[in-house]
Amino acid sequence: MDFVDYYKLLGIDKKATPKEIKNAFRRLARKYHPDLNPNDKDAKRKFQQINEANEVLSDPEKRKKYDQYGKDWQHSDQFEKQKQYQWSQSDSGRTRDTDTQSYGDFSDFFESLFGSTKGAGKRQQVKFRGEDYSTELQLNLLDAYRTHKQTLNINGEKIRITIPAGIENGQTIKIAGHGGKGINGGPAGDLYIIFSITDHPKFKRLGNDLYLTYDLDLYKAVLGGEITIETLDGKVKLKIKPETQNGTKVKLKDKGFPVYKNEGRYGDLYVTYFIKIPTNLSEKEKGLFRQLSEL
Amino acid sequence: MKTDYLIGIDEFCASHNIEISFISSLQQSGLIEVTTIKETNFIEQDQLKQLEKFIRMYYELDINLEGIETINYLLQRIGFLQDEIRTLRNRLRLYESFE
Repeated sequence: MDFVDYYKLLGIDKKATPKEIKNAFRRLARKYHPDLNPNDKDAKRKFQQINEANEVLSDPEKRKKYDQYGKDWQHSDQFEKQKQYQWSQSDSGRTRDTDTQSYGDFSDFFESLFGSTKGAGKRQQVKFRGEDYSTELQLNLLDAYRTHKQTLNINGEKIRITIPAGIENGQTIKIAGHGGKGINGGPAGDLYIIFSITDHPKFKRLGNDLYLTYDLDLYKAVLGGEITIETLDGKVKLKIKPETQNGTKVKLKDKGFPVYKNEGRYGDLYVTYFIKIPTNLSEKEKGLFRQLSEL
Repeated sequence: MKTDYLIGIDEFCASHNIEISFISSLQQSGLIEVTTIKETNFIEQDQLKQLEKFIRMYYELDINLEGIETINYLLQRIGFLQDEIRTLRNRLRLYESFE
C-alpha cells in the first residue's frame, strides 16, 4: 500500500487554509467529476482520489491525524485507540459540500488510516440515489440476430435480461434500478450494459444489412447454374446467370439483420461473387483452355 | 401501458435539503419538466437522475444555472458525437475486414 500525498493531489501547500482546500477541490472536481465526464474511467478514478483528499483535508481532525501519521500510517492504530473516545464525542457528520462519497470506494491507504467508510452514510439524513453500474457484454453475431434472454451476475446478484434482436455493436441499454443501492432509502442507480458484438467469419454487418462473399466456381460463372447459400435464417437457393462477372453483387431482400425493436422487419443480404480460377489443372484441362483461347 | 411515477417536489426538496426555487429555475431554463396535478408540483421518476446531477453541479461544484445549461448542452452534443463515432467505427470495421 503506497502513501498518498493528498496535498499534492489537490495541488496545494501543506499550510493551505480550509478555503484554499475547498477552492482547490472544487476546481479539480469541476474537471474530473463523473457527471461532467460520463463513461470516462480515468476521470472517475481521478475524482475518487481528489474526493478522498478533500474528505481528509477538509476535516480538521482527519487532517491533523494525516499530517501527524500520514507517512507512518502503520502506527496509526495506537493513535486510534487513544482517540476513540474523543472521536465519538466530536464526530458530527459531514456537510453537503464534502458529501460526494457515493462515487466510489476510498483507497486502502485511507481505510487503514481512518477505518472503513462502509456505513458512514448512516449519519446523514439526506437520501442519495445509488451509483450507476456499467458493464460490457460480448455477443456473437448469431446471438444478436435473435431476441434471447441472458442471466448476468452483477455484484453477486443474478439479473435476467431480454436482449432484443438487432442490437448493435457498442449500443448501450439501461436496466433501471439495478445499479448500486440508494443511500438512506434513496432510489437504486441504473445498470448500463454496453454490447460488444464480435465479428462473424462469413457475414459482415453494416446497420441492418449483411454482406457475404461467395466463392463461385469458374464453370458456373461462365455457364450459369444454381447455388445454395447459408443465410443467418437458413439455406437459400440462388440462380446464377451465365457469364456472371467477378465482383457481381446480388441483393437478397429481407435476408439481412433484424431491425432493432421492430419485429418482422429485416435488412437485406448482399452477396458478392468471387470467381475462383481453377488450380492444379490436368494436361487435358489445359489443352481445352488453349482450344478455347484460340477460338 | 406505461406507468409514470411522480415524485412530489416539496418532499424531494425537503429530503435533499434544497430550495424549491432551484427546481423552478431549472424548469424555467427548460432543464427539467414539472408536472402539476391539483396545484401540487411533481417530477417524473425518469427525470430524477438528471435532476440529481444538476443538484450536484449547483451545490457541490458551485456551478451556476447558466453554467449548468451550457454543460448540459455540451454533454448532449458529446453523447450525439459518441453515437456517431460508434456508427462510423462499425462502418470502418466492415471495410477494414474486406481488405
